[in-house]
Amino acid sequence: MRTVTFRDALREAIREEMQRDESVFIMGEDIAGYGGTYAVTKGLIEEFGEKRVRDTPLAEEVIAGAGIGAALNGLRPIVEIMTINFSLLASDQIINSAAKMRYMFGGQPAVPIVFRMTVGGGAQRGAQHSQMLESFYAHIPGLKVAIPATPYDAKGMLKSAIRDSNPVLFFEHELLYNVKGEIPDEGEEYTVPLDRGDIKREGKHVTIVTFSRMLHVCLQAADDLAKEGIEAEVIDLRSVRPIDIDLILDSVKKTNRVVVAEEGWKYYGTGQGLSALIYEHGFDYLDAPIQHVHGVDVPMPYSKPLERLAIPRKEDVVKAARAIVPAVLARG
Amino acid sequence: MAISNATLAGLTRTQLLEMHSKMALLRRFEEKSAEEYTRGKIGGFMHLYIGQEAVGIGCISTLRQEDKVLASYREHGHAITKGMNPNVVMAELFGKITGCSKGKGGSMHMWSNEHGMLGGNGIVAAQLPIAAGVALAAQYRGLDEVVMCFFGDGAVDEGAFHEALNLAALWKLPVIFVCENNQYSMGMAVEKAWAVETLLPRAAAHNMPAEIVDGMDVLKVYEAAKRSVEYTRSGKGPVLMEIKTYRFRGHSMTDPAYYRTREEEKEWRTTRDPIGIFEKHLLDAGLAAQADFDENDAKAIQIAEEAAEFAENSPFPEPEELYNDITIDDSTALSYRYER
Repeated sequence: MRTVTFRDALREAIREEMQRDESVFIMGEDIAGYGGTYAVTKGLIEEFGEKRVRDTPLAEEVIAGAGIGAALNGLRPIVEIMTINFSLLASDQIINSAAKMRYMFGGQPAVPIVFRMTVGGGAQRGAQHSQMLESFYAHIPGLKVAIPATPYDAKGMLKSAIRDSNPVLFFEHELLYNVKGEIPDEGEEYTVPLDRGDIKREGKHVTIVTFSRMLHVCLQAADDLAKEGIEAEVIDLRSVRPIDIDLILDSVKKTNRVVVAEEGWKYYGTGQGLSALIYEHGFDYLDAPIQHVHGVDVPMPYSKPLERLAIPRKEDVVKAARAIVPAVLARG
Repeated sequence: MAISNATLAGLTRTQLLEMHSKMALLRRFEEKSAEEYTRGKIGGFMHLYIGQEAVGIGCISTLRQEDKVLASYREHGHAITKGMNPNVVMAELFGKITGCSKGKGGSMHMWSNEHGMLGGNGIVAAQLPIAAGVALAAQYRGLDEVVMCFFGDGAVDEGAFHEALNLAALWKLPVIFVCENNQYSMGMAVEKAWAVETLLPRAAAHNMPAEIVDGMDVLKVYEAAKRSVEYTRSGKGPVLMEIKTYRFRGHSMTDPAYYRTREEEKEWRTTRDPIGIFEKHLLDAGLAAQADFDENDAKAIQIAEEAAEFAENSPFPEPEELYNDITIDDSTALSYRYER
């Protein structure tokens, strides 16, 4: 094993898949000469050339649509849309074309495409550059939505996404790019499936279900909780469509208590949808109401103190867990 | 009457009569579709191609089997002209499992991998960016194929039109953009929607050649399309064609067309019918007689009848079909045992 950043892990996945398969190419705004807005694609142009590392005009709809067209005619495009906020300009192609084509054309076309983009806030980017919005796409049948939180998962899941013959939305939290983690040595091939969550910390008193950057916040919260005798099990969803409901329910059967923690807004999002699923399939195992930690229901403010208030913190997760784990359990 | 050995637009008598036969078929197929819609056999939105037959046939006749066609929601004619069996197109309209899209697409979503028919599209102009991508793959893979993308005058107003034209011109993609200017986007007259009179300045803005074509004369369409396809296939990049035409029916089956006069419609139908114009060319050149046209028309009526019969006698999809083809692995929102 070796330690790399989330950014480098993603680049390795792209490079390895492009080396492995001539039909894989990448295109997007400023990915070649500039090296990618977040430097994920840095150096790829030198290795693969302009044919396979394509700078596009600043035009999200045609970037997405041309990616879909290329996928329909024998290629496996990786399309980089700079951020999920800009993907709204491409969302017609993603939702009305990529997600629908296989079904509405009776199973004839395959659309093997990956749409990579950053998500999330916390870097003072303001209201139009700080959204999560993963649930917007996770709502749509026909799409897969991957949202890894560690370098290991980022590399393994991106490789799976590129090899998958369906449209995959791949969400990279902006504040994760410099996060470091262990991945297998070079030359050691591995992938991570797109439909499995992962237990990132085992525990018996409460299940904390989370994803993306909030995983790291929740792991810190679990450390704090452990000091009080509360052993939290932390589940990283890794994919929000499909959701690995079995993993969550198995954990709930053990802990009987759930905290759902996410950076996005409270209403109609991943957290509420997931909570409803847990109530639907796991009601009998629950000993307390599900606690929901989420972003504040406002457009993201720019000012640092306000932004801090808008994004959930470790203390919020600790408080939510404490609220449903009785002291007697924690002592025992 | 003696039959001449002359050719028109470089086409032999046999080819010309074949073209006439296709035009008759599209006309009769659409009339049959309208009839079945009225009988309640076809639902949803249905947009007829009547009046515009010369555009699809003139253009697609210049293509090879491996070339790709993408079109809007008014695409029954393109699908059949590209080689698809009228039976599977009609069955799709009926929502039957024997339809080209297993009855899951309907009027706006015809597809055939075998014939390179890559869909009708229900979102105005969405097919233009996709067509650019299909062409990109052809170029990337070194295939000797071109992509022909059909859309209406309404699509020109969408941003996707400009994004796609720019990218195609920038990367010299092998795609022919065909605007079927039928003069109304639903009820909006083109002169009320465009700040320009023709698409020529818009093509120029994206640095691509363009021409305006009389879409009621199939031979003029054919010749122009041939020029465009040759240009594009030689690797020079995309072309834009603005083909002026007129739909004889409303926008869709439920449109009574209050936004235009009955006199205007009558004028087009009586003096500018593409089938009538083509027949006059053939008669004037001594290449065919009325009997040839009647024979083609009778055949077209029969094919349309048989298609409706095939559709009528085909089964609807089984309930299990509801869950097939969502993705290749049919994944949905939940991963495992609580699914469905």
